[in-house]
Amino acid sequence: MNYFVIFLGAMLVNNIVLVQFLGICPFLGVSSRISTAIGMGLAVMFVMTIATIAAYLIQVFLLVPLSLEFLQTVAFILVIASLVQLVDIVMKKVSPPLHRALGVFLPLITTNCAILGVALLIMNREYNLAESIVFAIASALGFALALFIFAGLRERLELYDVPKAMQGAPIALVTAGLLALAFMGFAGLA
Amino acid sequence: MSATASLRHEFSKGFLKENPVFALLLGLCPALAVTTSAINGLGMGLATMAVLLGSNLVISIIKNFIPDKVRIPCYIVIIATFVTIIDLSMGAYLPDLHEALGIFIPLIVVNCVVLGRAEAFASRNSTFSSLVDAISMGLGFSFALTVLGAIREVLGFGTLFDLQIIPEAFPGISVFILPPGAFLALGFLVAGARVLTARLERAAKSRQGFMTAAEAAAAAAAANKETRGAEA
Repeated sequence: MNYFVIFLGAMLVNNIVLVQFLGICPFLGVSSRISTAIGMGLAVMFVMTIATIAAYLIQVFLLVPLSLEFLQTVAFILVIASLVQLVDIVMKKVSPPLHRALGVFLPLITTNCAILGVALLIMNREYNLAESIVFAIASALGFALALFIFAGLRERLELYDVPKAMQGAPIALVTAGLLALAFMGFAGLA
Repeated sequence: MSATASLRHEFSKGFLKENPVFALLLGLCPALAVTTSAINGLGMGLATMAVLLGSNLVISIIKNFIPDKVRIPCYIVIIATFVTIIDLSMGAYLPDLHEALGIFIPLIVVNCVVLGRAEAFASRNSTFSSLVDAISMGLGFSFALTVLGAIREVLGFGTLFDLQIIPEAFPGISVFILPPGAFLALGFLVAGARVLTARLERAAKSRQGFMTAAEAAAAAAAANKETRGAEA
């Protein structure tokens, strides 16, 4: 039951993009087509789960025993950056089709603050490993869901006559605001 | 362009024309997340500026020693070091603000503004102009966050920097404190900044035309006086 609450909370109620404001750059940057949105969503899910496990292990077995918690930020970002490189290399070797589909998104993920943000949130909330994994997967699903809906909205938005000053980023931000308003309907669910 | 004019250009570009938030749309995560009040926005902006100053300074000094292939990881480590310093200092001296900004202080590491300036400016310019660039971009970022925070605070709470602006009898529009209000307010601010930039550019152009006309008249008058003097 506890896992279910964490799952719903991370995916819908505290949606990582629309409520927590993590990963806004890819949310606005790669959301003009549904197909790229799906690719980015899958790549984030993949990296976020692995990165969370790695960050958890580093925190529990390295930083806390050596009382080096103040190096958390430096350690996590280095782990995430090298992990993204590693995933890139392994994926290229093991599964070229998957690499073709997700490869272009991987370098972008290093500076995706959602990955580091989820790792830090888990440490703040003192989840155990299983809870951390559930939280990471649910957060990534929430990211993918928000990105997918937003890309669908933006594809339709292209057909409309938007005032000149509002074209592009401003109307996208207003649309995201309305989407965030819709997601507020989930408040109190978990 | 003369040295002072280019310096002035470097300094002023961050406010509107190349404002990291309004024009370049960088660093939007903290811009949207922490601007529930003007003071939070200002605090976040200044913290980012401090990191930017440190990272631009160090990167511009050691830019010739960093191998090109691993430059991004090097930049990230340098930035992360300064972020940790700021994080710990804020926790010690400004605990309330540190609490309010939460995980967005460590997340300055992945703020595209900081890495973007390191890659685009500090890695190929002198130390002094990198510092000017950091101050300009940092002030521009702080300015954007403060404006966004002020608008959300006035509309949501009726206060500005904790001072009551709108009488308490009028209830605040609480959606502006909530996440959707951040997106809405920023969307309209970006649109407004665009209109303003376009207008300023048009005004600057017409002023330039006027200046040359005035200069031409002055030159003609001077030439006239000279010929008259010669006659006398």
